[in-house]
Amino acid sequence: MIYLKKIRGATRADLAQIVAIDAGITGLRKPAYWSGILSRYGTRQRHRYFLVAENDRAVQGYIVGEVRDWEFGSPACGWVFGLGVRPEARLAGVGARMLEAICERFRRAGVTTVRTLLARDNQLVLAFFRSQGMMAAPFIPLQMELE
Amino acid sequence: MKLQQNARLALYAALEFAADPSRQLSAAEIAAKYRISTHHLAKVLRKLGRAGLLRAARGVGGGYRFAANAKRVTLLDVIGLFEQIGAARARGARRAEERALEEVLAEIDDIARATFGSITLATMLKLVGRRAQRPPGAPGRAG
Repeated sequence: MIYLKKIRGATRADLAQIVAIDAGITGLRKPAYWSGILSRYGTRQRHRYFLVAENDRAVQGYIVGEVRDWEFGSPACGWVFGLGVRPEARLAGVGARMLEAICERFRRAGVTTVRTLLARDNQLVLAFFRSQGMMAAPFIPLQMELE
Repeated sequence: MKLQQNARLALYAALEFAADPSRQLSAAEIAAKYRISTHHLAKVLRKLGRAGLLRAARGVGGGYRFAANAKRVTLLDVIGLFEQIGAARARGARRAEERALEEVLAEIDDIARATFGSITLATMLKLVGRRAQRPPGAPGRAG
């Protein structure tokens, strides 16, 4: 059982653990990417949030998001575009606590909707967001190969 | 998107059982609630039992109890016992028009599978609870 101490803004001191959690999930170490995310979404960035969940021993998870205005005609809404939880800390409410924390910040920023985008085959995280009440958004993601 | 009757009945039944795993229910009780044939539902319940989702209850009245983890069983797990999403698709499309249509239909099937595969019985029960608090016809809302 994981007893979270708090959800707080990520700092540079957390980066190594965040990189390790992400690498454990994706199989790729991306220190430059996460350093850039911290610079752009770290503390004191208006309407941008990079949070970590910690207990006494370590960072157990992270969540990244921001408020986006008028993207494809959509009124301002919260976007979550990064979420990771240590495998051994799963099923302990860490993801739910982080999502609630970032949603509370979105509410304080004045938005009433939160969205995310996931790969169709990412059933673990899809199921998590579904369990938190998310339903299909009124958008269809499209892509094409550039030749 | 349309589900075959057996898959739909299986989902209703799975939700009834998962809502209270300690509760013993008979096919007749569920059939009465949904106004369906007990005989037909009994076959569906037997299949859910063989798949490990239900356990036959001993004692007076018989019936079943839920035997799985509602946080782990997805709608696709239940539906998949009765039908395969997209399985009726035409095989061996040769013409470009046929192949193009198959590609679009396969895209829809992929989305349907991802949707059913990401919603567990526990999540569905939460959704049922939210819907129960809202009058019929009211617009849906996430969260």
